[in-house]
Amino acid sequence: MDGRDELINTLASLTLFADLSRPQLEAVAHTFEDEYFAEGQRILRQGFSGSNLYIVLSGEAAVYVNGTQRATLARGDFFGEISVLLGEPPAADVVAVHPLRCLVLPAVDVEAFLQTYPRVTYRMLQAEARRVRTANLWR
Amino acid sequence: MSYFLNRWRLPHAVISADPGPGGMFRTFPLFERLNSWSKPYPPVEPTSRHYAWFDWNSLLADDPAHLALVPEFMEGGSYFPMRAEMERGLVAYAKRAGIHVRYGCRWESTRRMDGAVVLGTSDGEYTCRVVIFTIGMAEPWKPDISGIEQVPHYAEARPSPRYARKRVLILGKRTSAFEMADALLAWASQIILVSPRPPLLAIHSHSTAGVRARYLLPYEDHVLGGGVFMLDAATQRIERTARGYRVSAVGTTRPGNYVFAVDAVVAATGWTTPLGDLRALGLATFHQDRIPALTPYWESTSVPGIFFAGAATQGAVGLKKHGVPSNSGGVGGFRHNARVLAAYLARTRFGMTMPRPAIKPADVVPYLLSEVSSASELWNQRSYLARVISVTKEDGIRDEGIQPLAYFVDTSGHDAVAAVLETDGQGDHHPAVYVRRDGRVSEHVLAGDPLLNFQSPDHRVQLSALLKDSLNLY
Repeated sequence: MDGRDELINTLASLTLFADLSRPQLEAVAHTFEDEYFAEGQRILRQGFSGSNLYIVLSGEAAVYVNGTQRATLARGDFFGEISVLLGEPPAADVVAVHPLRCLVLPAVDVEAFLQTYPRVTYRMLQAEARRVRTANLWR
Repeated sequence: MSYFLNRWRLPHAVISADPGPGGMFRTFPLFERLNSWSKPYPPVEPTSRHYAWFDWNSLLADDPAHLALVPEFMEGGSYFPMRAEMERGLVAYAKRAGIHVRYGCRWESTRRMDGAVVLGTSDGEYTCRVVIFTIGMAEPWKPDISGIEQVPHYAEARPSPRYARKRVLILGKRTSAFEMADALLAWASQIILVSPRPPLLAIHSHSTAGVRARYLLPYEDHVLGGGVFMLDAATQRIERTARGYRVSAVGTTRPGNYVFAVDAVVAATGWTTPLGDLRALGLATFHQDRIPALTPYWESTSVPGIFFAGAATQGAVGLKKHGVPSNSGGVGGFRHNARVLAAYLARTRFGMTMPRPAIKPADVVPYLLSEVSSASELWNQRSYLARVISVTKEDGIRDEGIQPLAYFVDTSGHDAVAAVLETDGQGDHHPAVYVRRDGRVSEHVLAGDPLLNFQSPDHRVQLSALLKDSLNLY
């Protein structure tokens, strides 16, 4: 992610931020940190407290529960939100499969962020609803 | 870095484009006084291992004669040294510790040759097995804003009196922006700080990543309506006018358009790492291409054999628990990284054997609790550096030294314990212990204490029970 415009354009292209104005996207770009994870690097650690909210900008990650791969994550996906919202350690490991770029927001800032941007909250709820539906289909 | 490479007798050369020791402190901070403390009367002896927690500026050393050098040059009146005092401390360190540097030698190019790295410099080529870039993060950086090239960066700002009676707009709300606003309070007729998000304060983030409290007078002035303005707005355009500048911005947290007519604009928009041609070798970066992406031991994640020391070591993000980053962006943190990196290179690249002192079972709990209570490595690098003890049938209990926590939890190895200091979202400091048993690592958070005494009977009971259950230590 080489420049401010590129980052903001990337954010604008993600469903999660589709309803935000450009100035709001600028604020989001400044609120989150952008981080890079090399292939094989663990990002979220099952059972460890104090994790953060991550939004994938590019690359791919795998979700492992007790060592078994359960899902993959790609551009536009987010993870860590359940742990952050419930104040509990993550129930899964997330590991970069290919070099991964993410936006990161500390747990302590998530509530204020979601209240500031209710449209992002709504989009996040929609994504969670899809995950629940998919999980129910597997049963 | 050179000091600790010398301690391991690792042959190396140090080159620097500077004319002498002192690094960035020859120029910065622009308004003279640092924001990291060196307490003149700390509660521990300067020769104590734990002293460095009370003096974030002096470099580390094994010889007591090389310790606590910055306070030696401080004139008193503040526990934040002046830039010149810091520089004198570094000059004294280099001289007394016998650090040999080829000054005035500029790194110009980098290439690979038969597994080695060849550095082209203004004084010829250097070929080495391992290269450590200690190049700081002090190159001015500006975002893509129309017209921003017309205004000076913080690094080019003029002395405060030159802004007397002027309306000054500062782009940014991080440390350098606040430092500048603080310096201009007595001079400027109006100060406006503009950036897309509200300021992040150290007292709220519980880390040095936020604006330090000593620069918060402009914030108080803003809150009290005294004439300093802090606006959450995205700057769209900067134009020259006959009397100064016209700056157009759009509100972010509060909708609205702004047009400011001001006499001066300063871009306090941050810094970048001067990475030269390293990207061409495949060096991965992040933070808008400003920081190299590093492993826990500060090696490039994408170009093996290229290591970093100094402020660029913040490119190893670690676990960032509760959002608290490493303290590797400042001397207080990265000086510990240098010591750890030298030992790591000695072990992994030069086949040296590290001392691994044996520990009696009865001493493990008191030792770990002493470490989390006092060790400067753990306090300066919360959630990043850990004291590690291994437990094997063959070797018994061994002190494995200080290691990056991310390395410990993400690699396999013997059964072991890593102790760190962490700070949670509410600002409570507490010890945390990570136990590796049969290849799996579990986290155990110990209780905090309002006086930061983690050596209480309760802590001893809690840690003893934990180690008994998880590692059969007792």
